[in-house]
Amino acid sequence: MTAISDRQKLAYVNAQAADGRVNLEFETEEGMTLNMGPQHPATHGTLRIVAKLDGEQVIHCEPVMGYMHRGYEKLLEVRTYPQVNTLVNRIDWLGSFTNEVPFILASEKLMGVEAPPRAQWIRTILFELGRIANISLFLGDTALHMGGMTAAFYAFRDREFVLNQIEAVTGGRFHPNFDRIGGLKDDFPKGWIADTKAVMARLRDFCDEIEDLVVGNEIFQARTRGIGIIPGDIAQSYGLSGANLRASGVDWDLRRDVPVGLAWDQCDWTVWTHPDGDSFSRYWVRLQEVREATKIVDQLCDGLPSGPIMAKVPRIIKVPEGEAWVATENPLGEMGYYVVSKGDLGPFRVKIRTASFNNISVIPWVTRGVYVPDVISILASLYFILGDIDR
Amino acid sequence: MGLVESGKMPKPLTNLLNISRRYSIWIFQWGLACCAIEMGAALGSPRYDVMRLGVIPLPASPRQADLVCISGTVTDKMVPAIRRLYDQMPDPKYVISMGSCANCGGPYWDSYSVTKGVDQIIPVDVYVPGCPPRPEALLEGIVLLQERIRHEDMAERWKGDPIVVT
Ligand code: SF4
Repeated sequence: MTAISDRQKLAYVNAQAADGRVNLEFETEEGMTLNMGPQHPATHGTLRIVAKLDGEQVIHCEPVMGYMHRGYEKLLEVRTYPQVNTLVNRIDWLGSFTNEVPFILASEKLMGVEAPPRAQWIRTILFELGRIANISLFLGDTALHMGGMTAAFYAFRDREFVLNQIEAVTGGRFHPNFDRIGGLKDDFPKGWIADTKAVMARLRDFCDEIEDLVVGNEIFQARTRGIGIIPGDIAQSYGLSGANLRASGVDWDLRRDVPVGLAWDQCDWTVWTHPDGDSFSRYWVRLQEVREATKIVDQLCDGLPSGPIMAKVPRIIKVPEGEAWVATENPLGEMGYYVVSKGDLGPFRVKIRTASFNNISVIPWVTRGVYVPDVISILASLYFILGDIDR
Repeated sequence: MGLVESGKMPKPLTNLLNISRRYSIWIFQWGLACCAIEMGAALGSPRYDVMRLGVIPLPASPRQADLVCISGTVTDKMVPAIRRLYDQMPDPKYVISMGSCANCGGPYWDSYSVTKGVDQIIPVDVYVPGCPPRPEALLEGIVLLQERIRHEDMAERWKGDPIVVT
């Protein structure tokens, strides 16, 4: 055997020791311990779920996080403002553009600049496209977890069209890095609006297809109806947000309730809620969210104002001293940045509030006493992204 | 496989085995971060259709896989799991490292919790650069690996030495 250096050996030994420690924490006397993950098809990435079982029933279920911790908040302290933009793209990697917007808005608030109306509208359009790309994958993926593979292929097929549109503007399939303090990097290319409208029509067909194929499916309903019920008050006390909260009957959407300057108030759309709070309603609310997003994009494309896309900002961006908090309704829920500036080229400290972190905190509560297959249904419908949990 | 182990493989037999192995790769998807979605698009979506290359993306466990695709950020906490996965795979085994993160740390090159390159723990055959690489880039990586398998000396491979990566 060759080619194993001392450094490799050391990394391996250290890692083994760390793993052993985690295992020890979950040793139990009675019952059986079931380990799902860190790499498991049903955990959406590298979340590890440790469940204590009594027969088929879950006594206690604990999510173990940190497998995707990349140290964002510390890294942002040593990056300049334009560089931060690149990095925060990768927090919720399915709807990347949506991660940039709150940070840029917070920086703009500190600097006292405002992007021109056209830039705000384009931001909103790209934001909603990010939402569609994100949630359409969820629609297919959840069906996959319930045993229906077809919907996943449909989702991948139609998601590509949305990614094409994002790529045509930004040059990146899903890490656009397109937002700038004071506006945007570029305008739409020629003919983009007509193409986008065609894609939106296609996406609405996709939603109808999903409605027939998945929502109306008896097996899917049997796996999700009445499973993992989260009442509204519990959801609020755990800090759930986004579709998970709306599926519990709480009518709360930051896009409508806390305006941040983007163009959502310029068009006509509905916030859907569902009274049940079970896995099925979470799926259903997200399906409606995609439909509404396609409507928003259509309307914004029609009424796009003309004008510049960049406000006047200095070449070297220095943000004056101060603190700002901006949160927006991302595909997964409320995402916000608390930016503390000391007047330097980069932020002094950034606190990132991500939706998934709070959304999964309800897992121990909602999985008490359920059966093992229902855990999968609950996890899939809660919908988290690992980068969004661990940052 | 006595012939292989003794190191006396006739040329035609090597060719035959290599061609068969080349077109029946079972790839285990070890998706870690953003790149996992592009890997999913490459391996699972109708647009890119990886099965036409003779690659089957759905083994039930690493014990049935020939190739593992590590896609995404490898964190220090994840390292033991990756190493264990690699140890469980049967020989001959291959590794594709997909994305800047798995290659060298990528945008997290100065982070305290990210392992700068999966090649610190397991030997890598093909590096696919990009952040994230397009699905086409991953397909190209798979084709390159197939070329490599085609020209492999079976007897050498069966001795069990890992491919040296420096
Ligand atoms: S290389 Fe880029 S896209 Fe891939 S996992 Fe790393 S940050 Fe994400």
